[in-house]
Amino acid sequence: MSNKFLVILEQRNGYIKKSSLEAASVSVKIANQLNAGVQAIVLGDKVENFDLIPLTGISEVTFYYNKELSEYSSSAYTSLITKHITDNNFSEIFISNTALGKDLAPRLAAKLDCGLVMDCTTLEIVDNTIIATRPIFAGKMLMKQKLTSAVKVYNLRPNAFGIIEKEPSVVNIDKVEVADVCLSTKTVEVKKNEGKLDVAEADIIVSGGRGMKGPENFNLIENLANELNAAVGASRAVVDAGWRPHAEQVGQTGKTVSPNLYIAVGISGAIQHVAGMRSSKYIVAINKDKDAPIFQIADYGIVADAFEVLPSIIEEVKKIKQ
Amino acid sequence: MKIVVCVSHVPDTASKINIAGDGKSYDKNGLTFVLNPYDEFAIEEALKTKEKFGGEVILLSLGDSLFTESLRKGLAMGADSAILLKSNIYQDSLSVAKALANEIKNIGAEIVFVGKQSVDFDNQVMGQMLAELLSYNSVTVAVSLTIEGNKIISEREIEGGKEVVETSLPVVISAQKGLNEPRYPNLKGIMAAKKKTIEEKDAVVFDNYSEFLGLVRPTSKSAGKLVDSPAELVRLLREEAKVI
Repeated sequence: MSNKFLVILEQRNGYIKKSSLEAASVSVKIANQLNAGVQAIVLGDKVENFDLIPLTGISEVTFYYNKELSEYSSSAYTSLITKHITDNNFSEIFISNTALGKDLAPRLAAKLDCGLVMDCTTLEIVDNTIIATRPIFAGKMLMKQKLTSAVKVYNLRPNAFGIIEKEPSVVNIDKVEVADVCLSTKTVEVKKNEGKLDVAEADIIVSGGRGMKGPENFNLIENLANELNAAVGASRAVVDAGWRPHAEQVGQTGKTVSPNLYIAVGISGAIQHVAGMRSSKYIVAINKDKDAPIFQIADYGIVADAFEVLPSIIEEVKKIKQ
Repeated sequence: MKIVVCVSHVPDTASKINIAGDGKSYDKNGLTFVLNPYDEFAIEEALKTKEKFGGEVILLSLGDSLFTESLRKGLAMGADSAILLKSNIYQDSLSVAKALANEIKNIGAEIVFVGKQSVDFDNQVMGQMLAELLSYNSVTVAVSLTIEGNKIISEREIEGGKEVVETSLPVVISAQKGLNEPRYPNLKGIMAAKKKTIEEKDAVVFDNYSEFLGLVRPTSKSAGKLVDSPAELVRLLREEAKVI
C-alpha cells in the first residue's frame, strides 16, 4: 500500500497562512521522493486565498466549513481532523509549528496513538525513511530522529524550508459542511496586539537589550523597527526588568525565531539569547563592547554606542526607502 | 479539589550542552539541573488555585532520582506532596505522557498544570497529550486563568495576540511566562518541605514510537565583518545580504 500524506493547512481570518503553504510545499517534495500521494485539509468558515494552493503542487483539498470553525478550537479541530485521518487512512501528517500547529499536533499523536516530531528544521530521506532533524535546548544542539509507528506526525518550523513553486495545476476543493462542531473548548474572542508584528512571524526583528539603559529608550528600537517593517524583540534581562512585555522575549525561555534579518542592539549575546536567534539568516550586532559574544555570530557588527548609531541607521534606512 | 502539577528537572538555561560519548545523548556531567522554568509558573498557579478554592497540590514527575531536587523545591514553594515515577531509560513524549496520565487517573485530579514546555527537549507537547489521554479539556500557553465554579476562562498566547478560551473542568492548563509571578521558597517553606513525602515508584513503561538516532552540533556561524558606519551597514544589508 502506498503512503498517503496529509498536510493540515491553517487559516486565520479566512486566509491560509504562508507557513501552511510552506508545509504543503515540503510535503509535496517528500511525497514525490517516496511515491506517495498528498492531500490537504483546512478548517474554517471561509477561505479567500485558495488560488495560492496550486503553487504548492497540492491538487486535492478538503475544506471543512462551519461558522464555528473560523477560530481555533482544540476540541473541534482535534476531533474532525482525527476522524478525517482514520477514515482516509493517511499515514504521514504534516503541520506547521505555529501556535495552532503546536497545540494541535500533539493532540493528534495522542489520539492516533502514533509518533510525532515537533519543530522539524530538516527532513531527509534515507532508505525510503524520513529522518527528521529538530533543534533541542533552543538550538544549542540538533537531534535526529525517525518515527517507527504506522502513522507519523511531522510538525515543521516555519521559514526553515521555503516554498518551492510548482507549475500551477488544477486543484479540486472538496467542500464539506460540518453539522455539529464540538466546542467543549471554544475561542470566544481574539485580542490582537494592536499594530504590532509578532517576533515569531516577522521577516525582520530589531531587538534591544540592557544596553538600551531603560524602557524610555526603546523608542529608538521601535522607530528602526517601523522603518524596516520589523517586529520588536527583547532580551530576557529587559523583560525580567519589566521594560518590555514577555511576548517580545527572544531566547531559551522566550521565543525561538529565524527571521531573514535579526538586529541585536545592546545585547551581549548570553547563551540563552543566542540559542533563540542563531538560526536567523543574517545577524547584525550593535554593541559598544567589542568583546561581546554576540559579535561571534553576527554577519555584520558595529562597535558603537547604540544611542549614537541608531538615529543614523534610521536616517540611512529612510534614504534608501525613498 | 485535587490539583496535579507535572514538573521536570532540566539543565539550567545558561548551560553549554555537549554530546556524550555514545553520540546520542547529551553529557550531563558538570551541568547544573534546575526545576524547569515554565514549571514554576505551573506550580505558582496551582498554589493560587488551592488558596482560593482549597484542596491539595500534588507534584508529579517521571525521571531519575535526581528529579527529587526539583520536587523538593516545589514542595518548599508550598505543594503538599510529590510522586516520582522512576525511569532511567529514554522514553519519548507520548510514552511519558501515558505513564503520567495513568497516575493522574489514580489520583483523580480535577486540574492539571504543566509548564508549556521543558527547556531541554523543547517539545511543547505534554499538556496537549495529557488532555487527550485523560479526555480533559485544556488550554495551552496560558497567560491568564479564571475559574468560576465549573467554568474556565483562560487567555492563550498566539502570534500577535491572545485567544480567550472558554472551557470547563476537568482541565489541563499549560503555563506560559506571564501567567503569574512565581513565589520564592522561604525558610519556613524549605523546612516544611523536608517533612513532606516524595513517593517513589517505578514508572509504567509504554512503547516508544520514535528512534533517537543521535545528536549533531549546529554548524557554528563564523564571525562576520565589523562595519564602520551606519551608511555602510545599510548598504551591505541592501546590496550584499539583500534583506532590506
